[in-house]
Amino acid sequence: MSKSNFTRRGLLKTSAVTGAGLALPTIFTAQSAHAFTNEPTGGTVTLGFNVPQTGPYADEGADELRAYQLAVEHLNGGGDGGMMNTFSSKALQGNGILGKKVEFVTGDTQTKSDAARASAKSMIEKDGAIMITGGSSSGVAVAVQALCQEAGVIFMAGLTHSNDTTGKDRKANGFRHFFNSYMSGAALAPVLAGAYGKDRKAYHLTADYNWGYTTEEAVKASTEAMGWETVAAVKTPLTQTDFSSYIAPVLQSGADTLVLNHYGGNMVNSLTNAVQFGLRDKQVNGKDFQIIVPLYSRLMAKGAGANVKGIFGSTNWHWSLTDEGSKAFVKSFGTKYGFPPSQAAHTTYVQTLLYADAVERAGSFAPCAVAEALEDYEFDGLGNGKTLYRGADHQCFKDVLVVKGKENPSSEFDLLEIVEVTPVEQVMYQPDHPQMGGAEASLGSCNNGA
Amino acid sequence: MLGLEKKDFQLLLVVAGLTLLAPFILNPFPESSGMAQFNAGYPDLMQRFVIFGIFAIGFNILFGLTGYLSFGHAAFLGVGSYGAIWMMKLISLNVIPAIFMGIVVAGIFALAVGFITLRRSGIYFSILTLAFAQMSYALAYSVLTPITGGETGLQIKSTDRPLLSNLEEGEIGRANLFGMDMRASFELNVGDWLFTFNAGYYIAAIAMLASFYLAIRIFRSPFGMMLRAIKSNQTRMSYTGLNPRPHTLAAFVISGMYAGLAGGLLVAMDTQVGPERMFWTASGEVVLMTILGGVGTLIGPVLGAGAIKYMENILSKINKDVLHQWFAFLPDGLEDFVITLIYPFIGKGWHLTLGILFMLVVIYLPGGLVEGGQRLARALRGKKASDEDGPKASTEPAE
Repeated sequence: MSKSNFTRRGLLKTSAVTGAGLALPTIFTAQSAHAFTNEPTGGTVTLGFNVPQTGPYADEGADELRAYQLAVEHLNGGGDGGMMNTFSSKALQGNGILGKKVEFVTGDTQTKSDAARASAKSMIEKDGAIMITGGSSSGVAVAVQALCQEAGVIFMAGLTHSNDTTGKDRKANGFRHFFNSYMSGAALAPVLAGAYGKDRKAYHLTADYNWGYTTEEAVKASTEAMGWETVAAVKTPLTQTDFSSYIAPVLQSGADTLVLNHYGGNMVNSLTNAVQFGLRDKQVNGKDFQIIVPLYSRLMAKGAGANVKGIFGSTNWHWSLTDEGSKAFVKSFGTKYGFPPSQAAHTTYVQTLLYADAVERAGSFAPCAVAEALEDYEFDGLGNGKTLYRGADHQCFKDVLVVKGKENPSSEFDLLEIVEVTPVEQVMYQPDHPQMGGAEASLGSCNNGA
Repeated sequence: MLGLEKKDFQLLLVVAGLTLLAPFILNPFPESSGMAQFNAGYPDLMQRFVIFGIFAIGFNILFGLTGYLSFGHAAFLGVGSYGAIWMMKLISLNVIPAIFMGIVVAGIFALAVGFITLRRSGIYFSILTLAFAQMSYALAYSVLTPITGGETGLQIKSTDRPLLSNLEEGEIGRANLFGMDMRASFELNVGDWLFTFNAGYYIAAIAMLASFYLAIRIFRSPFGMMLRAIKSNQTRMSYTGLNPRPHTLAAFVISGMYAGLAGGLLVAMDTQVGPERMFWTASGEVVLMTILGGVGTLIGPVLGAGAIKYMENILSKINKDVLHQWFAFLPDGLEDFVITLIYPFIGKGWHLTLGILFMLVVIYLPGGLVEGGQRLARALRGKKASDEDGPKASTEPAE
């Protein structure tokens, strides 16, 4: 048997030491004199890039990360400067931000809001990140945005298309450059009316989660406004991989148009199923049957292969745009990585530049000062033409691209062609629009943190 | 002491010491050194260590003692979280009622699920619990969106006005304990070290110690003996005239309430809930934690939870640039070669590292990390495995 060395004296000693240890912080308490959370004091400033590196959106996440690294290189004066040369604001000098060298930390959101928040928190609490950016799902973006609001840092949203991010869940510390469901609907409707006529019967298949709901609502509202009729809207589970049982009833319903409110793998599968069923060769009500995909991305088009030919959708940006900004970006991204950037890469690169520029113009890293510099800020030369960062909901307003699957792609990246650039006036809405949370939605007040 | 045997009490003291001094223990490297990457002493991760520790301790009461492998335990964590956040949104921002609500809701849910699933044992039980958890996940993700917020989940918003709070117009409520913000921290600078003492962490740590104490009492009680009897031979137990069902159900509910406590604490520390918390991978994670640490041991699940959360949060954040900084001293070609070798195991490859570690533990240390610790201790003491007085008290057989 072992001898116990657990004595009264031992206990007293241990508790005295423990007590002293616990009391220590109260002696040393030096309330740090920071004016705001993670105020950069040395010669560097840390940004947090929080993207999905595993899970269903890992491809988008990897492309976002490439764009972030490119942006940091450009901000620190490396490379060819990319869109910094075409940006309408000339505040950025290529010497970091406010003379501080830009460093970054990365994290994996796993496309789960819990993991994303854990990763963002570690960036804020451990690495001292002054700004968090990234995300490629609206659930994650909304969760991280709320966290940044609480912690008092700026959140620059990445790939998030749901209305909620700058709608009912908008926050004073959060900003979104990417477009949203409402804009997709508003941009698509006139093009669809032009191509397919004004008396169509639409059947919606909608991914059963928030983004699906807002997209369905937006497309329904815009198409009904120009005379279409919605026959049915069916929700499909997000985990569904075989959509045949959902496609079969479409023809019996008398609809002549199918709207697939699906993203990523969902869209690839549902579109493939629909084409295999021969929907596109059918004639209903004396019209050719048509399929529409409200949100397109190049990575999705690649997954669906030849099935996307001739199918309409909308996108935030495409590398084949020929304005100076887009050309500069495609060139420096292509030089570094060997292939053209996706829209996810574009929006994250732009967000990083916009943040850095706002800090330069504000002359401070304080979140409230940065937010003020971004609000109602108009800029140009970042690939989408003239753009407004609206102060009322922190959403960017710019032209929206309506695209179509290309009939004769020349390479694996050249899958979409731009049908129309819908001018910004057409996709504008009031900040208290019912689809955006109505009058109840508010930014709250900006938070500088500790 | 406290109704514990000496050995158990010492174990409790060790755990108490470790948790209370965690801000020092987890931050061993100076801020400016390259090794600071491995520091884990920041509030969020420390909170996760103890909260998932609670979750794993609770799981171990069911799996370690009765041998019933529940593959849907995350459902109780999630349900507890939803209960807690609604309490905060509607009634009070104080964390105590919220945590209490989490425990109660999870307990009731566990009673219902346990009543149905415990009719079967072995693989059928596992599949049934898995089915329930996936069902809860699917419900929370879409069907119950008005209650659960769907994919986006629930947060405290500026429009939430809990009954027992006096928030200003537009102010976003924050979780607190009688006015003390969960996010409040002391920061202690000693030379190049920065130690953070966070209010939320200490509240979670106290909850963890209480649950740990309760788990020891359960392990040593006649009830615990009953549960072990169920594991070793349920049929024989029935033949001796004892009905195992009420005991397993009780263990299942207790274990569910532990998960509810963990869920409530997660909400108290970070006021948001999303349905992924109930996804089957989350249920699988707690199984991994328990097996990695040591099934049926007292401290094992806590160690396992710590190991997994550490890898998830620290390893996954090492990227290529960090590696380049570390190996900058090597000649260029060699540097690239070394980095190519290491890169698959860090950053997004942390799952791979976890998988390898898990395989190694299961093959070479069937008793988990605890067994590893014991072997090490024995080797250090220069004794053979035959000693009777090793910390066997804490390692009841895994089988």
